[in-house]
Amino acid sequence: MNRSRLIAQIIKELLSLLRDPRARAILVLPPLLQLLIFSFAATLEVRNTTIAVFNEDSGQASEALVTAVAHASFVSNVVPVYDHRHQDQLIERGEVLLALHIPETFSRLKMAGEAAPVQVILDGQKANTAQVALSYLQAIAMAQGDAVEPMVLRHAFNPNLIYQWYVVPSLSGILSMFIALVVTALSISRERELGTFDQLLVSPTTPSEIILAKCLPAVLVGFVMGAVMVSAALFLFRVPFTGSLLWLAAALGLFMVSVVGIGLMVSAISETQQQAILGAFSIGVPMVLVSGFATPVENMPLILQWVAQAIPLTHFLVIVQGSFLKALPAEVVVSHLWPMAVAAVVMLSGATLVVRRRLH
Amino acid sequence: MTAIVLDNVCKTFGKTPALAGVSGEIAAGRLTGLVGPDGAGKTTLIRLMAGLLAPDEGRLSVAGLDPVVDGDALAESVGYMPQRFGLYEDLSVLENLHLYAELRALPRRDYGRTLDRLLEFTRLGPFTDRLAGRLSGGMKQKLGLACALITSPKVLLLDEPGVGVDPVSRQDLWRMVQELTAEGMAVIWATAYLEEAERCEDVLLLNEGKLTFRGPPGDLTRRLQGRCFQVLGQDDRRNLLSRVLALPGVCDGTIEGDRIRVVMDAGVDLPDLPGVTDVRPVPPRFEDAFIDLLGGGPGGHSPLAEQMPESTARDDTVSCEKLTRRFGDFVAADEVSFSVKSGEILGLLGPNGAGKSTTFKMLCGLLEPSGGEARVAGVDLRRAASDAKLKLGYMAQKFSLYGLLSVRQNLAFYAGVYGLRGRQKRERISQMVEALQLGPLLNRSPDQLSLGFKQRLALACALMHRPPILFLDEPTSGVDPITRREFWTHINGLVTRGVTVLVTTHFMDEAEYCDRVALMHRGRIIALDTPDNLKARAGEGASMEQAFIHLIEGQGDE
Repeated sequence: MNRSRLIAQIIKELLSLLRDPRARAILVLPPLLQLLIFSFAATLEVRNTTIAVFNEDSGQASEALVTAVAHASFVSNVVPVYDHRHQDQLIERGEVLLALHIPETFSRLKMAGEAAPVQVILDGQKANTAQVALSYLQAIAMAQGDAVEPMVLRHAFNPNLIYQWYVVPSLSGILSMFIALVVTALSISRERELGTFDQLLVSPTTPSEIILAKCLPAVLVGFVMGAVMVSAALFLFRVPFTGSLLWLAAALGLFMVSVVGIGLMVSAISETQQQAILGAFSIGVPMVLVSGFATPVENMPLILQWVAQAIPLTHFLVIVQGSFLKALPAEVVVSHLWPMAVAAVVMLSGATLVVRRRLH
Repeated sequence: MTAIVLDNVCKTFGKTPALAGVSGEIAAGRLTGLVGPDGAGKTTLIRLMAGLLAPDEGRLSVAGLDPVVDGDALAESVGYMPQRFGLYEDLSVLENLHLYAELRALPRRDYGRTLDRLLEFTRLGPFTDRLAGRLSGGMKQKLGLACALITSPKVLLLDEPGVGVDPVSRQDLWRMVQELTAEGMAVIWATAYLEEAERCEDVLLLNEGKLTFRGPPGDLTRRLQGRCFQVLGQDDRRNLLSRVLALPGVCDGTIEGDRIRVVMDAGVDLPDLPGVTDVRPVPPRFEDAFIDLLGGGPGGHSPLAEQMPESTARDDTVSCEKLTRRFGDFVAADEVSFSVKSGEILGLLGPNGAGKSTTFKMLCGLLEPSGGEARVAGVDLRRAASDAKLKLGYMAQKFSLYGLLSVRQNLAFYAGVYGLRGRQKRERISQMVEALQLGPLLNRSPDQLSLGFKQRLALACALMHRPPILFLDEPTSGVDPITRREFWTHINGLVTRGVTVLVTTHFMDEAEYCDRVALMHRGRIIALDTPDNLKARAGEGASMEQAFIHLIEGQGDE
């Protein structure tokens, strides 16, 4: 490593980033838009649903349940049905999200103090929404139950299920990941298109210097972006923060290094900027899907669960969500830091090797 | 008969005027050269004639039609071959022809007759099944020409058809074009090569969007009759050239093998030069006339070379032994062997695709050879320690500069990457800025510079660390003749200081600046000798291009 060679390259990378009006626009606009869209439009809550109620029981208990459901905040419209065929039709046509079927024995069992089951038919095409609605229904049913110890479903850490508490901290990971991925993916392939990469390779600078110089500015940009998102969560959306900011900053830094490693790998392999951008997205999008942001990792097939463990975003999401809501203890943070460190080392050495192979 | 009339045609892109009031006539049945350096407005004018652009001011008439108003009729009577003809590389020769026949709405019953005629004309008959992507540069151009001729146009517009074509195929193109003009077609051949201009019957000479000359090229060169000389000196020809160019009354000077070519200003006699053993008058060339028209060439003094330390080391050599590179079953470089002595200029000369760049990249360590050995200053750069690379200066094709950084930042970056720092770094940068007159441009982006200044900046970046060996990959492509002379003045100066230079070029006349030339054709070196010896092989008074054709034909393949 030669200091002046390295410094010259770091300055070059920073200048290319900051002097490019298009790069500046890419850095500022999309994250802002995505923050707005994800935070206000892309909701995971279920509202304004239409449900069907098929009540075969005429007892008081069933009436109370139906009334409670009809007044629930997520229900906007109740369609009463009187036979199975009609009920199934409504589901099949997608006119209702779910159907609640109360059998005629309901009130009698309830009076007898026994378990009184009801049937709920969900529209499987809208699995996620229906699942959420089902959990709302369960809460209502439990509140109705006059068992000796009434069971109450309570969501730990986020009792009111304010989904922004969950989405906004996660966005700090996802957005900064995409920014860092795109910035680095473009960096080598852009030089290759310009022809300056050959110029670098014939100079005395070494592949590890090239990679290191390309790393630092991208890590910096990604880190700032992540920090902005965390601040937005803290001050704009007032998500309660219970963990340690220092640990979170360390995690964000390490996370960025690992993402930059992936981006440089993509860039080193790509011949053109177009390939690099496509590569960045075709890797970034699956990483988000498998990371547990949209669907819990525990629900995935075993193989995908292993894959998820290899993805830095998975671990960062655990840390950032935990730091905000759960007061994640330091040892848990550390247990998620080292997989990111491994990913960073593997990816960065991989990118260096690819660059070196161009030489040897 | 007049095929095209131009009346005060103006076209501006953004703030830069591409054409500023061009007027003239182009005759039918004649070959008209549209000549000028890159950026002179050739392509813009051709696209205006093809109806692809509308003029901002003025009027055009092509085959009696207004290209803007009569677009459909124009398509019938004008054939247009752009710089990169839109051949579909995954289609065969015949499929490409069929496609263009279809696109040009040729009546189906005429297909067979027309295509047979074109295949015979272009001699592509034996290759109808070959994919267009697999054709050589010359054959691609011929296929492009065939596609442009499908509707039997009255006017044929060819935009730089000679680029990337080997000299033999270029001969073929000339032959075809002559047949076409004999049938009464008006052919416009745009070119940046001034020696191509000489072969045209008429010439429109464009410079910076203005028409500087119109008429037969002979009319222009005749003005220089008696002003051109070849001079042989006792001492080094590069020193002699530098001395001669400093004399008053000298319009232009270049190196021609062992001799130098001197063009005097009008009415000035060649002065007596000490150390000159032989002077012979030579006929003027179109390029001489062009330089004269622009007010003469640059001086022969290189402030850049003066800063370079005198190199006396004898081990700054470049050599390769049976260097081979295959891409699949295509052999891009086939057992290439040569060596460059310390303080020598060796030129790799050949058309695009001949294997020059591949050889070059293997020498620099940018590409792994499939076989053979490459050594720069005695080491294999692919395995050498990074300090060994300090011996090498590299100027890439198209001047690889960072467009997002300013000129100053580019200089600082290359200085830093070669390990310069502190006071030394500042000194070197200011020396370069001074020697190459980059001062007023320091805060501009390289993208805003003219090609000539880009070339200077790239040279400055490559020489910042004062390497004893310099690699130049197509350093002058697309640059006007005056800037090319300036560039060669610097290179000549560097060589007299002992710098070893390896240069690739497809300009045949540039080979004259080299001490020795390796002619490359289809991945092989077919000859390696001094420029004078190479020319002598093709006969008395032969040009470099004729020498090349002679040698390729001596190969006897295809």
